[in-house]
Amino acid sequence: MSEKPEFFLPDPDGVVPSPEGYFGAFGGKFIPEALVAAVDEVAAEYEKAKADPAFAAELNDLMVNYTGRPSALTEVPRFAESAGGARVFLKREDLNHTGSHKINNVLGQALLTKRMGKTRVIAETGAGQHGVATATACALFGLECTIYMGEVDTERQALNVARMRMLGAEVVAVTSGSRTLKDAINEAFRDWVANVDRTHYLFGTVAGPHPFPALVRDFHRVIGVEARRQLLERTGRLPDVAVACVGGGSNAMGLFHAFLPDQDVRLVGCEPAGHGVETGEHAATLTAGEPGILHGSRSYVLQDDEGQITEPYSISAGLDYPGVGPEHSFLKDSGRAEYRAVTDDAAMQALRLLSRTEGIIPAIESAHALAGALEIGRELGPEGLVLVNLSGRGDKDMDTAARYFGLYDDGAAEGAAATSTGAGAGDGQ
Amino acid sequence: MSGNIALLEQAIAGARAENRAALVAYLPAGFPTVDGGIAAITAAFEGGADVVEVGLPHSDPVLDGPVIQTADDIALKNGVRIADVLRTVREAHAATGKPVLVMTYWNPVDRYGAERFAADLAEAGGAGCILPDLPVEESEAWRKAAEQHGLATVFVVAPSSRDERLAKITAAGSGFVYAASLMGVTGTRVSVGAQAADLVRRTRATTELPVCVGLGVSNAEQAAEVAGFADGVIVGSAFVKRLLDHGDSLDEGLAAVRELAADLAQGVRKR
Repeated sequence: MSEKPEFFLPDPDGVVPSPEGYFGAFGGKFIPEALVAAVDEVAAEYEKAKADPAFAAELNDLMVNYTGRPSALTEVPRFAESAGGARVFLKREDLNHTGSHKINNVLGQALLTKRMGKTRVIAETGAGQHGVATATACALFGLECTIYMGEVDTERQALNVARMRMLGAEVVAVTSGSRTLKDAINEAFRDWVANVDRTHYLFGTVAGPHPFPALVRDFHRVIGVEARRQLLERTGRLPDVAVACVGGGSNAMGLFHAFLPDQDVRLVGCEPAGHGVETGEHAATLTAGEPGILHGSRSYVLQDDEGQITEPYSISAGLDYPGVGPEHSFLKDSGRAEYRAVTDDAAMQALRLLSRTEGIIPAIESAHALAGALEIGRELGPEGLVLVNLSGRGDKDMDTAARYFGLYDDGAAEGAAATSTGAGAGDGQ
Repeated sequence: MSGNIALLEQAIAGARAENRAALVAYLPAGFPTVDGGIAAITAAFEGGADVVEVGLPHSDPVLDGPVIQTADDIALKNGVRIADVLRTVREAHAATGKPVLVMTYWNPVDRYGAERFAADLAEAGGAGCILPDLPVEESEAWRKAAEQHGLATVFVVAPSSRDERLAKITAAGSGFVYAASLMGVTGTRVSVGAQAADLVRRTRATTELPVCVGLGVSNAEQAAEVAGFADGVIVGSAFVKRLLDHGDSLDEGLAAVRELAADLAQGVRKR
C-alpha cells in the first residue's frame, strides 16, 4: 500500500471522450435544449474541479475517512473450488460505507453540487444502492434529496426504501412504463427540466449525456486502480481476467479502466440474461441490443425495429435496464472488452455459493459477475487468476433470495433441500 | 416529391397578415386509434387551427407530462407504427390542405433512417419536423435530409438558452422557432410563464423566423396573452385531455377538440 494513496486520479492514461463526448461512435449529448445549460455547467464545473487540488484533497479525505477506502481485496479459495481451481480474488466494494461502489461517484458529485451552489439533488435508483448512497451524501452535506425509483423496485428493494427515508430523502415510486430503472430515469429527467435552477441530477451510472459517462467513470476509477495495485502486491502479477456485472455499467467501468492499457488482461462484463436471452425476458443490452439513443447518449439499447425501447427483465433491480454506458459499447465494438449474459438462476446459485463457502453475501447484481467468474475460471483452469468486482452487499436482497430459495419459516423444507445441494450450486447453469 | 415547408410558412405569415397569432395544435398519432387520431386532427383544423403537429408516440417520452404519456401508452398498446404516423400526416393534410408537422423523439427517426424518414414524410405531404431531444449540434445529417426534401426543421428554445445559443439554434432552424414558455415538461398550467415574453424577445433578436410559444397553454385567455407577444400559440395537452375525458365516445371527444380549437382561435385574435 502506498503511503499517500491518491484516490481521485481522473483519467491519466485511459480512453478520453472527444470534446463532444464521443467514445468512437458512442456517447454524445442528446438532450432537450432546456437541459443544455445545466449539463454544460456540470461539465465546466467538473473541469475546474479536476484542476483544483483542494477538490481532490477533499474527495480523498472523504474516501478514506468516510467511505473506508481502500476497500479490501479478498481471495476466495473455497468458492474457487467451483471455478476450475483458478485463483479468484474479490474487490470488496461491498465493504464501503452504504454497502456498494455507488458511494464513490456520489461523494464526487455531491462535492460538485456544492461547488455549483445548488441546494437540491435528485437521483434515480434501481436496486436502491445509488439512492441510498445519494441520500447519505445529501444528509452529510445538508442537501435536499428526492429519489426516483420504479414501483416494481420499491417493492423488491423495500429495505433500501426505508434506508433512504431514514436518511431524510423523499422517495417517489414511479408508476409509468415498466416501473423499473428506465422509468425512474425518465421521471428524474422530467423533474430536472422543471427544477434545474437549484437542482443537480446526481446521475448514478456511466450512461446519460456527456459528461456523465466520463465523470462517473472517473469517480469509480479508484476501484481498478486499487485492485490492480493490491493484486500485484499479493500475487506479483496481473489477473488473466477482470470481471464485473453490467447494468448501466458503472462498477465495471470503474474496474476496467485501470486495466485498459494492460492488453493481456481480458475484461469481461456480465449482463443479466434474466430467464434466458432467447426468451426475450432479459436485460442483456450489449448481447442482444442495437445502437440507439436512450437517456441522452448513443449506445447499445434494447429496442424494437422502430426505435421503441423494449421492457427489460432481470431478477436484479440494479441491472434491469435496457441501456448501457457508451464506453462499454465502444469497448465491445473495439473488442477490448467482452460481454456475456448470465441468467437469474446462475446468478442466484453463485450468490448462495459465495455465501456458504466464504461467508460473504453478495448483492444479486454482483452475483452475476460471480457466476461469470465461475465459468471463466473453468475455462482458464488451475493456472488462471480471476479478479471480480464484488460491487455490493446482499442485505437488500434477502427478501428476494429468501423467496427464491424458500428460506422463510413456512418454506423450511425447501430451505433444507437447498442446504443439501448447496455445495454444487455453482454448477447450476 | 417535395415537402410542404412553404405551406407552413404561408400559414404563419397569413395569420400575421391578419394581425393575429397562428394557432398550432398538437395531437398524437394513433390516439385513441389511428383513424380516431386523423379525425381529431381534422376536427382541430375545422375548429380553427392553422397548423397541426402530429406526435409520434414513444415508449420513453421524457419531455412529456402525464396527459401525453397516457396517450402515447394507449397508441403504442394499440400497435401504432411509423407507417401509421405517416398515413395520419397524409390523410389529415389531404382532407384539409393545411400544414402538418411531425413531432418526435429522435431515436425512432435515427432507427428508421434520417434520409428515409425525411423522404417518406415529404411524400406524405408533411411540412416538417420538430425533434425536441435532438440538439442543434447533433442535427446536421437530419437538416441536410430535411432541406433536400422541402421540410422545415423546427428547433425548440428554452428560457435557459443563452443568447449565443439562441443565435446558433435559430440559424440552423426553419419554418418557425418553438419557444418553450417555461422550464418543464408538457402539460397544462394555471399560468403561462412570465419568462415566455422575454424568451420571444431574445429569440427575435437573432432571427427573422416566426416564434411560436408552447408548453402550458390550455385556454383562450392564455392564448390571447401569448398572442400578444408571439407569432403563434402551441397547444397540446389540453387537446389530448379532451379526448381522454371523452374516452367512451369519440364523437364527443371530437366535438370537444373542435370546440377547444374554436375557443383558442378566438383567443389568438385578441392580441
